[in-house]
Amino acid sequence: MKITSDSPPVLSVLDRPNSYIGRSVPRPNLHRLTQGRGQYISDITLPRMTHVAFLRSPHAHARIVSIGTVAAKKAPGVFAVVTGAELAKVMTPWVGVLTHLKGLKSAPQHPMAVDRACWQGEAVCAVVAKTRAQAEDACELIDIKYEELPATVDPEVALDAKTSVIHPELGDNLCFERSLDVGDVDKAFAASDEVVETTFMFGRHTGVTNEPRAVVADWNEGEQRMTVYQGTQAPHMMQNLFAKHLDLQESQVRVLTKDVGGSFGIKVHTYGDEMATVALSKMLKRPVKFVADRIESFVTDIHARDHRIKAKIGVTKDGTITAFEIDDLTGIGPYSVYPRTSGIEANQVVNLTGGPYTCMNYRAQTRVVFQNKGVMCQYRAVGHPIAVAVTEGLVELAAAKIGMDPLELRRRNLFPDDGYPAQTATGLKLEALSHHEALAHLDGMMNYAGLRTEQADLRKKGIYRGIGFASFIEVTNPSAAFYGVGGAKITSQDGATVKLDAQGAIVVHTGVTEQGQGAESVIAQCVASSFGVSMDKVRVVTGDTDNTPYGGGTWASRAAGIGGEAAWQAGKALRDNVLAVAAAMLQAKPETLDIRSGIVVDKASGTERLPLDELARVAYFRPDTLPPGFQAELMATRHYVPRGWPFAFTNGIQASYLEVDTDTGFVKLLKHWCVEDCGTIINPQLVDEQIRGGVVQGIGAALFEQCLYDERGQMLNGNMADYLVPMAVEMPDIECAHCVSPTADSELGAKGAGEAGTAGAPACVMNAINDALRPLGAAPLTDMPFTPGKILKALGKV
Amino acid sequence: MSELSMDITLTVNGEQVTERVEARKTLVDFVRDDLGLTGSHVGCEHGVCGACTMRVDGEIVRGCLMLAVQCDGAKVETIEGLSDSNELADLQSAFERRNALQCGFCTPGMLTAAQDILLQAKAKGAVPSRDEIREHISGNYCRCTGYHAIVDAVESVAIARAGAKS
Repeated sequence: MKITSDSPPVLSVLDRPNSYIGRSVPRPNLHRLTQGRGQYISDITLPRMTHVAFLRSPHAHARIVSIGTVAAKKAPGVFAVVTGAELAKVMTPWVGVLTHLKGLKSAPQHPMAVDRACWQGEAVCAVVAKTRAQAEDACELIDIKYEELPATVDPEVALDAKTSVIHPELGDNLCFERSLDVGDVDKAFAASDEVVETTFMFGRHTGVTNEPRAVVADWNEGEQRMTVYQGTQAPHMMQNLFAKHLDLQESQVRVLTKDVGGSFGIKVHTYGDEMATVALSKMLKRPVKFVADRIESFVTDIHARDHRIKAKIGVTKDGTITAFEIDDLTGIGPYSVYPRTSGIEANQVVNLTGGPYTCMNYRAQTRVVFQNKGVMCQYRAVGHPIAVAVTEGLVELAAAKIGMDPLELRRRNLFPDDGYPAQTATGLKLEALSHHEALAHLDGMMNYAGLRTEQADLRKKGIYRGIGFASFIEVTNPSAAFYGVGGAKITSQDGATVKLDAQGAIVVHTGVTEQGQGAESVIAQCVASSFGVSMDKVRVVTGDTDNTPYGGGTWASRAAGIGGEAAWQAGKALRDNVLAVAAAMLQAKPETLDIRSGIVVDKASGTERLPLDELARVAYFRPDTLPPGFQAELMATRHYVPRGWPFAFTNGIQASYLEVDTDTGFVKLLKHWCVEDCGTIINPQLVDEQIRGGVVQGIGAALFEQCLYDERGQMLNGNMADYLVPMAVEMPDIECAHCVSPTADSELGAKGAGEAGTAGAPACVMNAINDALRPLGAAPLTDMPFTPGKILKALGKV
Repeated sequence: MSELSMDITLTVNGEQVTERVEARKTLVDFVRDDLGLTGSHVGCEHGVCGACTMRVDGEIVRGCLMLAVQCDGAKVETIEGLSDSNELADLQSAFERRNALQCGFCTPGMLTAAQDILLQAKAKGAVPSRDEIREHISGNYCRCTGYHAIVDAVESVAIARAGAKS
């Protein structure tokens, strides 16, 4: 475990020529994107393509009395007007449950509301027309009569006897609950010198992908086949779902994913409007396109993080954390989202709280309730930002209470670097982490002591700056433990197929998908390295269920760690195959040969023996010259799934340095640091940029982002002007560094890095604000986002 | 339909275009749907996110806040034209080397906005500071990068262009 920013860990194979492991090579697919010549789903046009617009419920909860479609059907350009009831005849409903989340329940959900709309924005009627504008014009001619029903909005009263039950057949509004009691929590609190208790609130927010969700569905009646172009993270999962709910075989469905304009977990779920678009194509026997507009995105994209957590920590004067306790309540909208469910975030909060620390006394309860608001589900870093903010918020409040430096309190309680494997209080298995090394490195890289001096000096001048930290662990490389064991057809394994083309170049087909994180580059780096060619000889094909190995796609920080390992192994397998051909041609032993820079060489001397284009020429066009009985196999496939550990946990620590304007309540972020450990680093630049982008999404949660609803369940700020996302001018520079603790589960040793930034940033911004305001006697702020108004209130100024 | 549509003639990426367009059609929908220039992206449709940033008569505009009919007689430049003229070549290269884009959806607009501050800086004979760069691109939302890499890339081009000039 060594701190590194650009050098790879020790792996013998990295001594090979053409090793791209640990190198910041530019991504091969960027040139077309900078020229505006990518192909996003919203760019796709097909012959005879139609457009669908949805009329959506203006009410949070309403019975649909009648839908008048006569005028709309006669409107210019309209091909069809289809109600939820009509669509229900061609597409079956779904229920978002997983069997390993015991007791989790939900109600059947149709692609469009059939007799009742359960949230503002639920699609009620669809219009298919020649253009989107004509479809929207016709929507205005539809006459829907609603009978408004009582809306259950506030999670705090969702379980009260007098609150109306959204789905009467379920008996109550409880979707899922879980409790845990480890060690002896009461005894531990009793033995503590100090107990700190507070309530954390997390603002419901959403991913705001710059490209909204988009799908083009094309049913070919002659082939009896559905081709779906979809901006999705998980093409094979969607193939399964489209087939299942249209009563087709999976072989009748092809899902193609082109460029995706941001996903962050938003585009890995089942959305009624997208399912409806696919069903409409089947009904109309022609292509149908749907692109969500921005208001549709805000009211129908999954939301996340709407949690209220009462939390408690015990600590002794010498800085030993004695116990953690949390009581979590979260409202997830009217349905558990299919197929990943809306219980996972709460489950993660229970699993991850206290995760970096050796404290073994932990009590947790979570309740997940239904309400008439937009649905919530998994968004980048699922549960982590909440668990980390609660844990790290408590840790810094406890440090302040006992008068101990917050880094020192962490040093005394973090899992020791030499104590792995280890297990957290919740039973999470940790293979190899580096909390202390990361903390020590952060301490130095930010010049912590110097900043404390600067902070003290500036306070005398009435300038209030704060320093906040957050240690964290992150779930990456999930095995089947995440979804597969719960019965969902979401694969945790992934595959890569590597082919030598007729000019000696390499084509890789991978089951993971490119969402902008650099998967294509990582896959190409792995194959180029293990096979032995330069990067420019490798082309990567992703996002096509007809042509890529069956795979999970991109989520839970799995693409590099799982997809990368499969690609690495496939490259090795093809090298062996190619060397067998070369050995036959050269009358040599395969083990005496190697492939370097696209040339078969003598392994010992490096002498060039045979260029790959010549080998390919012979193997493909003159196989008659090869020895009798010898068959060249110039395509190889390998799969990989983590088996040794349910998850490859990573760790890290972040710090925020900021200044609070005590007159306006505005927060100026000055600098942000992150030291994390994702095991073997395949591409340092891409890892750093994942961290930076993730940090800024976490800062958005801490300072700006919130889906605001009124008491009737109406979203109040469903546009980009009123829903604030981080802008360039508000963001700090972000410095990154890495420790390297590879996972022994794979040969590459890579873990995931996509969510670490988002996991830790909200906590350390919160802690830095509270650090800044502590000398002013402000009550600790624990209600995200920390708007100027809340800060002024904490200061007693408003 | 006649009162709802209008014939317009304009120059798009150096080519003269004559089309009949609906009066209500935005410039970005026109270039995307009618001309097939899909490099300009639609993110928010109300002038906030900047994904549709393009140039009209030398000024950067929001393609979603301008109607196509307003561009009758105008000179419109989109990312495709700015790429083919090589005007952005150094900036595009810097974005690629610095990984200043991830999903790439904001990138055409971001490059166009960044080129705008670089041109302004050149006219003033100055190199913009990181804060000035951040300020100038704040009307262009990026959800992937966190902006740091974009600022690095723009700053490096500003310095390189200033150096090349002197």
